[in-house]
Amino acid sequence: MQHEMTGAEMVIQALVDQGVEHLFGYPGGAVLPIYDELFKQEKLRHILVRHEQGAVHAAEGYARSSGKVGAVLVTSGPGATNAVTGLTDALMDSIPIVVLTGQVPTHLIGNDAFQECDTVGITRPCTKHNYLVKNVNDLSRVIHEAFYVAANGRPGPVVVDIPKDIQFAKGTYVGPRNIQHKTYRPRLKGDIEKIKQAIELMRHAKRPLFYTGGGVINSGNEASVLLRELVKLTGFPITSTLMGLGAYAAHDPQWIGMLGMHGTYEANLSMHGCDLMICIGARFDDRITGKLDAFSPGSKKIHVDIDPSSINKNVKVDVPIIGDCAHVLEDMIRIWRSISAQPDKKALSQWWKQIDQWRARKSLAYKNSDKIIKPQYAIQRLYELTKDKDTYITTEVGQHQMWAAQFYQFQEPRRWMTSGGLGTMGYGLPAAVGVQMAHPNSLVIDIAGEASVLMTMQEMSTAAQYELPIKIFIINNQYMGMVRQWQELLHGGRYSHSYTEALPDFVKLAEAYHAVGIRCSKPADLDGAIEEMIKVKKPVLFDCVVDPNENCFPMIPSGRPHNEMILGDAGVDPESAITEEGKVMV
Amino acid sequence: MRVKPMSKSEPASATHYPAAKSVERVEHRTLSILVDNEPGVLARVIGLFSGRGYNIDSLTVSETEHEKHLSRITIATQGTPMVIEQIKNQLERLVPVHRVVDLTAGQTAIERELALVKVRGKDNNRVEALRLADAFRARVIDATTLSFVFELTGKPEKIDQFVVLMQPLGLVEVSRTGVCAIARGPEGM
Repeated sequence: MQHEMTGAEMVIQALVDQGVEHLFGYPGGAVLPIYDELFKQEKLRHILVRHEQGAVHAAEGYARSSGKVGAVLVTSGPGATNAVTGLTDALMDSIPIVVLTGQVPTHLIGNDAFQECDTVGITRPCTKHNYLVKNVNDLSRVIHEAFYVAANGRPGPVVVDIPKDIQFAKGTYVGPRNIQHKTYRPRLKGDIEKIKQAIELMRHAKRPLFYTGGGVINSGNEASVLLRELVKLTGFPITSTLMGLGAYAAHDPQWIGMLGMHGTYEANLSMHGCDLMICIGARFDDRITGKLDAFSPGSKKIHVDIDPSSINKNVKVDVPIIGDCAHVLEDMIRIWRSISAQPDKKALSQWWKQIDQWRARKSLAYKNSDKIIKPQYAIQRLYELTKDKDTYITTEVGQHQMWAAQFYQFQEPRRWMTSGGLGTMGYGLPAAVGVQMAHPNSLVIDIAGEASVLMTMQEMSTAAQYELPIKIFIINNQYMGMVRQWQELLHGGRYSHSYTEALPDFVKLAEAYHAVGIRCSKPADLDGAIEEMIKVKKPVLFDCVVDPNENCFPMIPSGRPHNEMILGDAGVDPESAITEEGKVMV
Repeated sequence: MRVKPMSKSEPASATHYPAAKSVERVEHRTLSILVDNEPGVLARVIGLFSGRGYNIDSLTVSETEHEKHLSRITIATQGTPMVIEQIKNQLERLVPVHRVVDLTAGQTAIERELALVKVRGKDNNRVEALRLADAFRARVIDATTLSFVFELTGKPEKIDQFVVLMQPLGLVEVSRTGVCAIARGPEGM
């Protein structure tokens, strides 16, 4: 597998050898030799985006929905700096992508050359690892290493910065099989003694709870299968973070909804009241824990994570297990079975009785209207009309994102692509482009807000060029809804700059992008309009005009503990839903 | 239980982030870090400290094994036990980091620092400076009729003390290497 070629040829060869089929990119001076090689070949499909941020989000959507590593090619200087938001997003959400950036020739580095920037310096804190290649004979090894580092351990983004003279230079290509990283060998198997300890705690728990996250999804579909098996074996309730939705089927009775700031009443009170928390592939983020010193005060905590730095970062745990979710879950099931373990059934049925009372509160309830579309209703209808199809959902960031998480029921992993850690407005549209590329025959919907989607609207042009029938379902309330909600609750209703005046006409905008525009503002017309959207085999901008004043509940406000939620006023009165015993507990 | 939506008169003191952690005891630690000697590795380590708000009290770095391209970084830092654990885990997460050892944990580490101290003075001050240097086993490595440069090695506290004593005698400037440390006994890192 060793032969002479130019650096630019090596880039193409290395990507092909890594199994890359789609490359999201934007050309520029410092990557022209690579674009020239792209022109001469047919193995690799290049997707021309309209902004480098869009390329990275598209690669993220591609990676999350397919389980493969996403690949991006951008030029030096502004090409690299435009990619930074996407890189940070991928780092926060542990998404495996490799971003190749062009760089000015090595002899010009440091001279403030045209379109020069210190790419490795700028991207060092927002990548898992990065490289500047100064010798063409290192290039193929570095690219293979980049794919290894991106995909193994806790996944993340890796940047390879390639100066233009290296792209022209000739050197020896090395295939991926000869590559092994010197030091980076993440641990996959968990410590068996610790897993046994965890099983002991699980056998004797009175009020246990699974709390799972994006790690289960990153671990592969096998992890979701194993998680479902373990949850069924034990009979414990399960909740998940925003990132982990779909790892466990939402229609299952043991599923108690998402937890956290906008999680369900039952999920958050279960977190607060449990005596054993089994955290798998989640990281005790501040949106989950709320007030740290009042977080789940009476529980022992088991934490399974592949990244040792996630352990004891925010919350001290009793049984840390460092390893890959699928490997650890497999061992847990094996040990549970081998000792014919049984949960404490009496205590568990009491616990379920308690949870069912919390559930009866119906914390997601809202007051529907037949005059104006409620955003929750819009997402419920979208779910009902798409649930039997092969559907992938992406979102932007804000109220619509939380409503999507609450009301769209995910049954399978890798169907839900959202910007969790960084909260990047403008993520959903380009991510949908990436998802549709990976799944050309599936229904891909971006549940969007009208403010977010304008941040990366230019990618509609990409969707049009490649005839990607993505559906942009805009929950249009004319406000930056989540900002408005915070201003209403915390800043005396002073809506400082959260209202968007002079919004574009989304129907006309769609037409300008060679797409289809649909507007709907009456609840009675909604189903028909959604069906029309699904039928169209072109990109669609769906302008769903909703109640501008709706707030997203439940909500744990600002640094409060889980048992101090604000609930909407449409649910069942908590006084009648909670027993005396329950009151003592919460 | 159920909280009513906050009234508009309530001060907007709350942020959406959890409150700062309660104050815990701060410990001083010396960490030894074995890394690949590749471009940018020091920037990665330092960037981690500044980016995550950890302290660096002193830092020394040099290549230690040329054939294997290995460098050894010694960092003196401080933090609560939870922060120290985070620092170690975060360092180990960096791709070019081989090992991180907390030398203070076993309390068996040897710590040394080298200082160059310039003193300027006449008459009695000059004699006194020489006498104290002798007591501290500092060597004179440069001398003029007006000044001395002393070379001194030892624990950081010893150097601190020497510098304090030199101040009234005409201290001009000090250059220190920072702590360099190694564990006692036959075992390597």
